[in-house]
Amino acid sequence: MTAARSASGRGAARRRALNARAIFAGPGLLFITLFMTIPVVLVLVYSFFQRGRFGGVVWEFTLENYARAFEPVYVNVFTESLLIAGTTTVLALLIGYPTAYAIARLPQKWRTIALVLVVLPFWTNFLIRTYAWIVLLNSEGLLNRALVDIGFISAPLGLLYTPGAVIVGLLYAYIPLVILPVYASVERLDRQLLEAASNLGASRARVFFDITLPLTLPGAMIGAIFVFVPSMGNFVVPELLGGGKTVMVGNLIRDQFLETRDWPFGAVLALFVIALLVLLFALQAYISRRINGRTARA
Amino acid sequence: MRRLTPRTGALLVSTAAAALVLSACGGGDSASELDPNADLSQQTLTISNWAGYYPEDLAEKFQGAVGTPMTISNHATNEEIMAKLTAGGDSGFDVAFVSGQFAQALNEAGLVEQINPEFIPNLANLYPEAQELSYDPGNKFSVPYAWGTTGICYRSDVVEEPTSWNAILEPSAENTGKVTALATDRWLMLPAQKALGFSANTTDEAELEQVKQKLIAAKPGLLAYDDTTFYSRLVSGEANMVVAWDGWCNYGTAENPDIKFAVPSEGSDLWADTMVILKSSKNKEAAHAFVNFILDPANHAWVAENILYKVPNKTAMEQVAGLAETFPNMGLTPAELLKGESLVDLGDAAPKYSEIVTEVTSS
Repeated sequence: MTAARSASGRGAARRRALNARAIFAGPGLLFITLFMTIPVVLVLVYSFFQRGRFGGVVWEFTLENYARAFEPVYVNVFTESLLIAGTTTVLALLIGYPTAYAIARLPQKWRTIALVLVVLPFWTNFLIRTYAWIVLLNSEGLLNRALVDIGFISAPLGLLYTPGAVIVGLLYAYIPLVILPVYASVERLDRQLLEAASNLGASRARVFFDITLPLTLPGAMIGAIFVFVPSMGNFVVPELLGGGKTVMVGNLIRDQFLETRDWPFGAVLALFVIALLVLLFALQAYISRRINGRTARA
Repeated sequence: MRRLTPRTGALLVSTAAAALVLSACGGGDSASELDPNADLSQQTLTISNWAGYYPEDLAEKFQGAVGTPMTISNHATNEEIMAKLTAGGDSGFDVAFVSGQFAQALNEAGLVEQINPEFIPNLANLYPEAQELSYDPGNKFSVPYAWGTTGICYRSDVVEEPTSWNAILEPSAENTGKVTALATDRWLMLPAQKALGFSANTTDEAELEQVKQKLIAAKPGLLAYDDTTFYSRLVSGEANMVVAWDGWCNYGTAENPDIKFAVPSEGSDLWADTMVILKSSKNKEAAHAFVNFILDPANHAWVAENILYKVPNKTAMEQVAGLAETFPNMGLTPAELLKGESLVDLGDAAPKYSEIVTEVTSS
């Protein structure tokens, strides 16, 4: 009797726990299904059909959209995008990692202020912040004027409308996305490990490279993905700071939908970017698991 | 076609989808029966126009004059509004502003109402030339709102008046890096097409190949591809010459009288932006009343003063003839405009144009 009752009590508890989980996870799942899963499936479906004259698709099966994506002109755009997004990511890590590390070592009061400063730019519209770079960099802009006026250069430099300007714009836009996850992982770092290492005679460099870096690497990789992926997809920065002379995958996709009205081809290009994103996250998860496994064993 | 005024300055214009009216498609190509005694104050009107391409108080003025409350939605490009109008079902719009070649396409798709001239007596105010434009001779399904051409907007205090598209495509040493071209497919291609003596609607492979090579060769000489801020580059001195739509050049002239507009000798395009009434509209009487309201000379003149684009309304243009003193291209006559080639929808050739543009801009 007693055993049976307690068993049914356990069953009820389990059901309650399940109900609670469904209630908590439900809205999120619904959101993801509605606004991510279904659209991605739509994109996948569109990619196999033909272009409708006014946008949309004609329901005739074709693989031609995929074949087109491998034409040299589009391969070049992808390569150029990878180069620009890759350079941006490396620079973001080189600048963002030390910044995050330094912030995490500040006294509590200053830490909060520093973090607020990092996210402060997000309070201003992205487009306006990008336009601000035009004001800074153009041939009649603040920087060129200042350099000419102090006699450092005789004629304005062509800073704007170059791939370099695009990288600067992307770096500026996305660097907080490296700083925040790195900060979180540096802050979570177990100080006792570091102390133990120094007590055992490890140099500061050795402590950093053997303990701090591996433990914060997953955070840094998340940050890298956060910078890399939107950089690939960004079309505003190449248009404004690249003067339309640098074409990235984002521009290409935007144009397929809004100018050429070639949804199926745009869908193919979008799928390639999504595939890349999935690949990067898988890589990040794999490396993180290996690092965690190693620390757990140690 | 993408035109935004400096007043809005917005690159990306969010558009509020106004789905106020629910109805089924009318079907059939014949015009609907219109009720001459319809109570217009009981109807509502939802229109979509380019952002900043109409006077700000248009809705209030229209309601004051006709009694129909009106909601104005904005689009940034023809493609954007086309996507909404062709998505199926009722778009919720009664009147849409689209360029001529798009109006033609909408008519072919059976989405627009045939215009009933009895309800638009002000059609008589249009220039005769504006009633016979190639995309819709006789204005059977569209009514022109504004028209113009594409040319070179330049700083007359810095450079000579350009007479050829090659001023942009093969700039002299002192102008290298100080010229811009438009970024949208059709207009990015236009200067090279015209400089080579081809049609702006060409789909001939060999011709397109030549156009592509010319554009690739021209790219290093350009400061940027730009169809949103080109006139302000002239004002700041960043550029000496820019490819521009006539009306938009006027925004530069307004800030610096030395900024002038020229149509190169090889010729250019003639574009017209039109008003169409959607077949799905439940407020067709009010929609006709709106088109008639715009064509009223006083109103159309007020539109021209506000947007600084030419309107195809003879009486209205006579009323604002003074504008040509400050903005000479407002004085271009219909005969001069008709020298330009009308752009037609490319249909299946559109991806080819787009591919060439990608090859050029990513070269």
